[in-house]
Amino acid sequence: MTRTMREVFTDTVSTALDTDPRLAVVLAEISADRLTAAAARHPDRVLNVGIREQLMVGVAGGLALTGLRPVLHSIAPFLVERPFEQLKLDLNHQGVGAVAVSTGAAYDYPAAGRTHMSPGDVALLDTLPGWRVHVPGHPRELAELLPGALHGDGLVYLRMTERENPHPMPPGLQLVRPGSRGVVLAVGPMLGPVLAAAEGLDVAVLYASTVRPFDAAGLRAAVPAGAADVVLVEPYLAGTSAHLVSEALRDVPHRLLSLGVRRDVELRAYGTAEEHEAAHGLDPAGIGASLRAFLGSGPVTAVNTSTGAGTSAPTGGA
Amino acid sequence: MTTTELGYRDLPGLLSRMTGDEKHSAAATSTLDVLWVLYDSVLAVEPRTADHPDRDRFLLSKGHGPMAYYAVLAAKGFLDPAELPRWTAFDSPLGQHPDRTLVPGVEIGSGSLGHGLPLALGTAFGLRARGRRRPRVVVLVGDAELDEGSNHEAIAVAGRRGLGSLTAVVVDNASSSHGWPGGVEQRFVREGWRGHVVDGRDHDSLHRALTDTRTDQPLVVVARVEPKEPR
Repeated sequence: MTRTMREVFTDTVSTALDTDPRLAVVLAEISADRLTAAAARHPDRVLNVGIREQLMVGVAGGLALTGLRPVLHSIAPFLVERPFEQLKLDLNHQGVGAVAVSTGAAYDYPAAGRTHMSPGDVALLDTLPGWRVHVPGHPRELAELLPGALHGDGLVYLRMTERENPHPMPPGLQLVRPGSRGVVLAVGPMLGPVLAAAEGLDVAVLYASTVRPFDAAGLRAAVPAGAADVVLVEPYLAGTSAHLVSEALRDVPHRLLSLGVRRDVELRAYGTAEEHEAAHGLDPAGIGASLRAFLGSGPVTAVNTSTGAGTSAPTGGA
Repeated sequence: MTTTELGYRDLPGLLSRMTGDEKHSAAATSTLDVLWVLYDSVLAVEPRTADHPDRDRFLLSKGHGPMAYYAVLAAKGFLDPAELPRWTAFDSPLGQHPDRTLVPGVEIGSGSLGHGLPLALGTAFGLRARGRRRPRVVVLVGDAELDEGSNHEAIAVAGRRGLGSLTAVVVDNASSSHGWPGGVEQRFVREGWRGHVVDGRDHDSLHRALTDTRTDQPLVVVARVEPKEPR
C-alpha cells in the first residue's frame, strides 16, 4: 500500500521536527489529528491555533522573524484564499521564508462543493514575488521535494493532491516522450490524462512538478526553432502559466493552447473528481479532443462543448 | 548619527522635521507618550542590540501615523534625525507606513490593520521554542484597529496559551465607530489576559502598568488618550 501525499507530508514533517530544531509547524485544525505524536514530542514547535487561518499565517510570520522555519498547512482555500493578505504581508512583506503545504487541490473534494475548491491557488500566489511552487503528481515526488523545502530557505508552496499519476517522475522539466507535431507540457497530476490523450498523436510530452520558478530555458530548448505549437495542461485555472510560456518563447513564432480548470463559470456540481476533470475538459477524452482540434489532425472538436449550455460559440458571422 | 541622546522635550522638534510645523505638540499624536515610555524605560533594546536575539521586540501594528515612532527611534539613536525631513520621498527609508527591511530597529512592516498582534504571537511562540525566555514582545494596536477580526483570533489564543512574554498596548482614542461597551480591556481579560487601564499621557502610570508582567499571563495595557477629533 503506497502512502498518500498527505501521509508522506505528515510522516516527513514529524521526523524532520526530531532532527531540525529550526522547524516549526502551524496548523488550523486540519491534519492536527495526524500530528498528535509530534505535537507531544515538540509542544513548542507544533502549534494548532484552532480554526483561525489568519492567525495561522501571522503566527508563521512571527516564528520566522525569530529564525524558525515555519510550515503552515490547511486545505487549499483556507491556506491561500482566506488568509491571502496574511501571505502577502506577514510572509512576503516581512521578508521571511515559510513552507505552505496545501491539500485538497482544485477538485479533490468535489462532494464538498465550491467552498472546498481552490483552483486559483497558484494564480493567486503568482501575484506575489519569490514563491517556489511545487505541484507533485505522485507521492514519491512529494517525498523528494519535501526535504529541500523543509530545510531550505525562502517561500515555498507545495500543492498536494489525491489525483496521482501512475508513476513518479524525477524533479526538473522532463521529456516524457518525443514527438514532432507539437509540445504538450503536463503539470503535476495532469501527466496521466495527457499521456492517455496523446496516444496515437505525434506530439512531444514534457512534464514539470515545479512551476515556479518556471523553467523557461528548458521549455525553449524543447520546442522547434522555426515555429511551435505548444499546449499547456495545468490542474488549476487554465492559463495560469501562459504568461511564462509566452515569455519563454518570445523569440519563437508559436501558438499556445492553455488547458486547465475553466474560468468562465463557477461549476456548481458535486460528484467525483473524475466528473470534474471531464467537466473541465481535463480527462483523456477532453484533452485528446482539444489536442486534435488545436493541432489540426482528426475531427475538429470544439473544447468544452460537452458540458452544455453557455459554452458554445455563436454560429455564422465572422 | 547623534552623539548625545535626545530627550522627551526634543520630540516636538523631531516631529516638526517631518510635519514642517513650527510647533508640533505632543498631544496631537496619540501614540507619542506610550512610545516614549516604552523606549525610554521599559524595552531592553537599543541601537547596539537591535539585532540581538535576546532583545525585547516592539511591534507597531497600528502602522499609520508613524511620525511619533520615527521621532522616538531618532531620539534613541536608531535613526539619523537628518533622515526625518525626507520622509515619504521615493528613496527615503521612512514611509507613511514603516517597512522593517528599510528602517533599523523596526521589527515589522505594518500599515494594513490587524497584522501586528498575530505576528507578535508568533514571535513570542518562536522565542519560547528557541529557549529564549528573557525577551518581551510588546505590540501596539489602536482601539479602532481591534475592529479587525484577526486580532480576536490572536487575543483568544494568547490568553489560553498563557503567553506571559506578550504585552499588547491599546492606544484608545475612542475612534472605533461601534466601540467596545464595557471597555476594550474586557475583550482581553475575558480571554485570560491581565489588564490595566491608564492615562495614556501619564508616564509614571504607563511605566507601572507596562512593567506589571506575569510569567503565565499576557498583559494588556489600555492607554486612554483624548478622543480623536471627528472627521
